[in-house]
Amino acid sequence: MAVARQKPFVIRHMPGFPTLAIVCFFALYMPLVPLVIYSFNAGNNIALWEGISFRWYVAAWDNELVKAAAVRSLVVASFASFFATILATMAALGTTRTRAYRGQTTIYALINQPLMVPEIVTAVALLILFAMIKEATGYHGYAYLIIAHTAFCIPFAYLPIRARLEGMDKTLETAAADLYARPWPTFRRVTLPLMLPGIFAGAMLAFVISLDDVVITEFVKSAGQDTLPTYMLGQLRRVITPEINAISSVLLLISVILVTLIFFLSRNKTA
Amino acid sequence: MPANGEVPAIRVEEVDKIFGNDADRVVALNRVSVAIEENEFFTLLGPSGCGKTTLLRLIAGFEQPTAGRILLQDDDITRLAPYDRPVNTVFQNYALFPHMTVEQNIAFALEMLEKPAAEIDQTVTDMLRLVRMEQLRDRRVDQISGGQQQRVALARALAPHPRVLLLDEPLSALDYKLRKDMQIELKRLQHETGITFIFVTHDQEEALTMSDRVAVMNDGNILQVGPPHEIYDHPSERFVADFIGDTNFLPADIIERGGDAVSCRLESGEVLAVPAGVDLPDHDRVTLAIRPEQVTLCETAGDATLQGTLQDAVYIGTDTHYRIRLADDSLFTARVQNARGRAQLFESGDRLGIRLDPEHVQLLKD
Repeated sequence: MAVARQKPFVIRHMPGFPTLAIVCFFALYMPLVPLVIYSFNAGNNIALWEGISFRWYVAAWDNELVKAAAVRSLVVASFASFFATILATMAALGTTRTRAYRGQTTIYALINQPLMVPEIVTAVALLILFAMIKEATGYHGYAYLIIAHTAFCIPFAYLPIRARLEGMDKTLETAAADLYARPWPTFRRVTLPLMLPGIFAGAMLAFVISLDDVVITEFVKSAGQDTLPTYMLGQLRRVITPEINAISSVLLLISVILVTLIFFLSRNKTA
Repeated sequence: MPANGEVPAIRVEEVDKIFGNDADRVVALNRVSVAIEENEFFTLLGPSGCGKTTLLRLIAGFEQPTAGRILLQDDDITRLAPYDRPVNTVFQNYALFPHMTVEQNIAFALEMLEKPAAEIDQTVTDMLRLVRMEQLRDRRVDQISGGQQQRVALARALAPHPRVLLLDEPLSALDYKLRKDMQIELKRLQHETGITFIFVTHDQEEALTMSDRVAVMNDGNILQVGPPHEIYDHPSERFVADFIGDTNFLPADIIERGGDAVSCRLESGEVLAVPAGVDLPDHDRVTLAIRPEQVTLCETAGDATLQGTLQDAVYIGTDTHYRIRLADDSLFTARVQNARGRAQLFESGDRLGIRLDPEHVQLLKD
């Protein structure tokens, strides 16, 4: 029997959709291809192919400045993502596990503000603020970088944790209370284990964001505090060799691995 | 009040529960009082939004009443946190901990109460045997079926041996056959454990089958409390009669008040003497409630109480439902059990009489 049935709207079936999708993916990933290819260039030029070689990876590895910047990046990213995750976890609990209160939406907006404020504005603001503190205290250490990175990482850690908590059945916590668990054991035995994948995802996202940051770091760092991205920025002002490609490719690899992990952790299996 | 002089397991005294404030306030419970006896299977029955789940949540401690008191035996538990009440709940969606095994779920409350490991292990074994789930002890709860999850939820709530077990529509997610089995299972569990069960449902059949007593609720009020047969045979008001089973409602006027009986004139003209209820209304306008299965049909008017014309007959296996148009043009339903091999008794358009026993007529004030 031929029943005239209205087709449901499926965007994949719209004319031109496959073409548009391919163009988008091409634009996103195409620029990365020569970057990675030329990191294996045997010659000194980033655009002139002279054969395959690992010499620029070796050069980057042997470059003490690169090594120091890489270690600095990892240290700052580790501390910043650690603190940001703790703060973001508390913020996520505070915005999902309480009775609705006045100003809840405002607080939600404030937590995510760093995503909206132009990074250059934050950078300038921090430059001025930290300059005043440096003047007053004489301290010029890494704390400024860690504090700045922690601040802008919070929303990135917050979003996956909050999503995880919102997808979690609140009856589970009620059930724990019903089964004689006081608030702290309820958190430790029920809420925390169930939100853990969200916390890991948030921490990794914060780590990647901190690792890749240029603008704020450039403004906040003291002399000799280059992270890998700001070191690379500095190199661009001089002679560019495929060493930059090699460093970029390694950073890319690390980001891809972390983002893949985040993807697997954020998939909502239980709860 | 308890006949045996025991203190009731739960006493709810003049409890109000109001949600929201000022403009959009919702009265969920309105001066509710009820006493639930020790070792009783007590059911809160009513349509959705009647306040039955709210009352259950107040007893569990998930909500606080706006006014009134709740007593567990002689202790006032109104303001106690859920974890300080020896009362456990079986949730509608079971709320099993998804990151734990069946065993860990059942052991949870015992661990929180800091029982010794050996005792916890023994209790878990006993509980698994009680709900017949011994072989699934180490399974994750997301790897077992809905019916099995239901049993784990029961075992988990019974493990700490609460004084009262609260069940919030626990059977609503199960299919018909499984639901029937679980109804019997719940009765058995209640009998074996000797724990007071407070069961919430909107399913009148479930309430009548399982309960020692039923409280019918509507709109934040408890309308009637009593054993199932009393609720069914002597509904106190129209809502109760209508909500539980099918009922014919016949508007009538009281024309004579005697000692034990009153005479009522129906809209269709017939006069009927019915037993007087305990509290007869002052006004004369009443409704007579008659269950469709409590009448007999006969071919000729003769000694029948009511007369009418058969509109249609619907065969539904065990019974046939006859719809009869009365003199005032209203419809009356009679349910007649089918005997094997016997065809339909009457044809549409037949004149027939409805015979009723005055004992089966319930007078409702309107």
